Amino acid sequence: MKPINELRLEFPSRSANEGFARTAVASFLAQLDPAVDEMADVRTAVSEAVTNCIVHAYPDRIGPVIVQVRLYRNGRVIIRVKDRGCGIPDVEKAMEPLFTTGGEERSGLGFSVMESFTDRLKVTSRVGKGTTVTMEKYIAVRQP
Amino acid sequence: MVTRMETGPGQVTVYLSGELDHHAARPLREQIDGIAERCGAKKLRLDFEGVPFMDSSGIGLIMGRYRMMCALGGELQVTGMSERLRSIMRLGGLERLPIFPQQKGEHNETDQ
Ligand SMILES: Nc1ncnc2c1ncn2[C@@H]1O[C@H](COP(=O)(O)OP(=O)(O)OP(=O)(O)O)[C@@H](O)[C@H]1O
Ligand SMILES: [Mg+2]
Repeated sequence: MKPINELRLEFPSRSANEGFARTAVASFLAQLDPAVDEMADVRTAVSEAVTNCIVHAYPDRIGPVIVQVRLYRNGRVIIRVKDRGCGIPDVEKAMEPLFTTGGEERSGLGFSVMESFTDRLKVTSRVGKGTTVTMEKYIAVRQP
Repeated sequence: MVTRMETGPGQVTVYLSGELDHHAARPLREQIDGIAERCGAKKLRLDFEGVPFMDSSGIGLIMGRYRMMCALGGELQVTGMSERLRSIMRLGGLERLPIFPQQKGEHNETDQ
């Protein structure tokens, strides 16, 4: 199925871009007239995925972060957040609640947040190549 | 960002504002820890009334301050969170931590 609209962003993995990325995606979604909660869900999930690229994928360098949003009929939204960083050796383990390699100041809940605030989450990763997080969210079509 | 702080006997309240993500967390952490250290208070209260957005970096910040206050034999309290922020806290089972003071209108079983 062809998307009815599409956004692609690419920016360096600087933490100042976290706010920009979630706000840009939310602004793009505004055309679907989402409910306040749906908008907040997307902002939070995007923030988690982008932050992971910045914190984990490129721990000691700046690298590219690619965010792609595709809108389909019936309010279906696919958001893809991609990096070319270090990759995840064991994705299943990384997705367990509270699992973190980030030390004291990280809670290991990023994937849990993405999972609960979207309708579907898929993570593919190759060590040394990078990680792609794909999230699917349905924005309820509101009758006028 | 810390917008205001209030000290009382043995306690300090720090009022936070702005979006609490990974980018904001580090300077915020340094400010809070600086204040807690200078005051030497046993009870640290963080007020989230002015925080419209938070992700798991906020949970990390709260957990870090909770551990710090426990290690000092003190106490952490979190107030003013919107229902949205509390739902993020619940994801990690964090609503069970003894950091939320009883809200007005919530009662113990004994004082109905
Ligand atoms: N893009 C990525 N590249 C490399 N490793 C990643 C990536 N995203 C996640 N990880 C790995 O998966 C773990 C779990 O991620 P998750 O977002 O759930 O928790 P966290 O980032 O460690 O902590 P929090 O998100 O609560 O601050 C990370 O600690 C890291 O080891
Ligand atoms: Mg994370």
